[in-house]
Amino acid sequence: MLDKNGIAKRIAREVKDGYYVNLGIGIPTLVANFVREDIQVEFQSENGVLGMGPFPFDGEEDADIINAGKQTITTLAGASFFDSATSFNMIRGQHVDLTILGAMEVAENGDIANWKIPGKMVKGMGGAMDLVASAENIIVAMMHTNKAGKSKLLKRCSLPLTGVGCVKKIVTNLAVLEVSSEGFKLLERAPGVTVDQIREATEGTLIVEDEIPEMKL
Amino acid sequence: MINKTVKNVSEALQGVEDSMTFMLGGFGLCGIPENAIGELVRLGIKDITCISNNAGVDDFGLGFLLQNHQIKKMISSYVGENDEFERQMLSGELEVELTPQGTLAEKCRAAQGGFPAFYTPAGFGTEVAEGKETREFNGKMYVLEPAYKADFAFVKAWKGDEAGNLIFKGTARNFNPCMCGAATITVAEVEELVPAGALDPNQIHIPGIFVQRIFQGARYEKRIEQRTVRPKE
Repeated sequence: MLDKNGIAKRIAREVKDGYYVNLGIGIPTLVANFVREDIQVEFQSENGVLGMGPFPFDGEEDADIINAGKQTITTLAGASFFDSATSFNMIRGQHVDLTILGAMEVAENGDIANWKIPGKMVKGMGGAMDLVASAENIIVAMMHTNKAGKSKLLKRCSLPLTGVGCVKKIVTNLAVLEVSSEGFKLLERAPGVTVDQIREATEGTLIVEDEIPEMKL
Repeated sequence: MINKTVKNVSEALQGVEDSMTFMLGGFGLCGIPENAIGELVRLGIKDITCISNNAGVDDFGLGFLLQNHQIKKMISSYVGENDEFERQMLSGELEVELTPQGTLAEKCRAAQGGFPAFYTPAGFGTEVAEGKETREFNGKMYVLEPAYKADFAFVKAWKGDEAGNLIFKGTARNFNPCMCGAATITVAEVEELVPAGALDPNQIHIPGIFVQRIFQGARYEKRIEQRTVRPKE
């Protein structure tokens, strides 16, 4: 079974040379730590920066340079700043190659819910609705079950949707899955996790074909 | 040169009244018009509608206006990290319209550029699209979103000149350029106001035509919301 860093490490393998990548808040942010150093990648933050670097050294933080999580950041050589409308032109116009974001629920038809729990939590969708409606290549990074132990991979989402039929791939602490026309297709198992454990934790239709390899990290 | 300078923040905000709609630049606390917000608090005008990506934190930015119960309606994309906001929203004192972030930016820019509305894929199939016109283009579904209408836009830039030309810094740019010229009156506050001719025309982000009033802010706290650092090696 993987921890959050393990999920990020597995997703980092999906980041290819020449990609512009938007990372959501939470586990997706960790992906930047595991991307191979021999490939050229730029990270976009929707508040208006391309070419994000690591956090600044203590004492060198600048209130005018933050990421979408409002954390102080640095920029790398080749970075640029731009306004919010231009930022979302990059996203809506499909110039960003890969979007990695968290979710509260994913349905077997690719629907995603991650912005609202009616009556409990209403923080807003931020840029998530623009991202999922536009990106061709969306990977969801999340735990397979919620804190109550209930599956987050469902037949139908129960929470208000962020986007419809948009998720392509899901990486959880248990597995790598692909959204197919028949349901969640199991691609890889996390180290030490059995297909039965994954089936147990998946409420939606799980498709298991042949031998399922253990993921390489 | 058409001189857009005004003496100070009170002159810049002349004409603001109860029940008006304001656009306010900024992402989180980054690039917010601190001086204009301070003056709105001092004036105590009520029942205002604010178009702003976020709603500040409890004790900074738009949080001041919320504490004072001056805001009737917030139009934002993300409103976490603000307890007073949540309390007023859940009790029904505050009306809230949540809008996808890219749509919010574009509804400002559409107003700036004279577009009455535009189609976006964001929010299709979700509650954001309820009651809105949808249409298919090239096999994909889109939602019709109207441009915003506002009485004042309050923006913050790094440098500006007497002609109202603006230059922004870092990610403090965010929604500010999109809101310039998107309201009846655009008020720009800057950290440094210089004479016309002192800025290189090649480096201007927003031309002065989109700005009606400009002033140098008396002070900027520029509070950091999430200070994240790594230790020096």
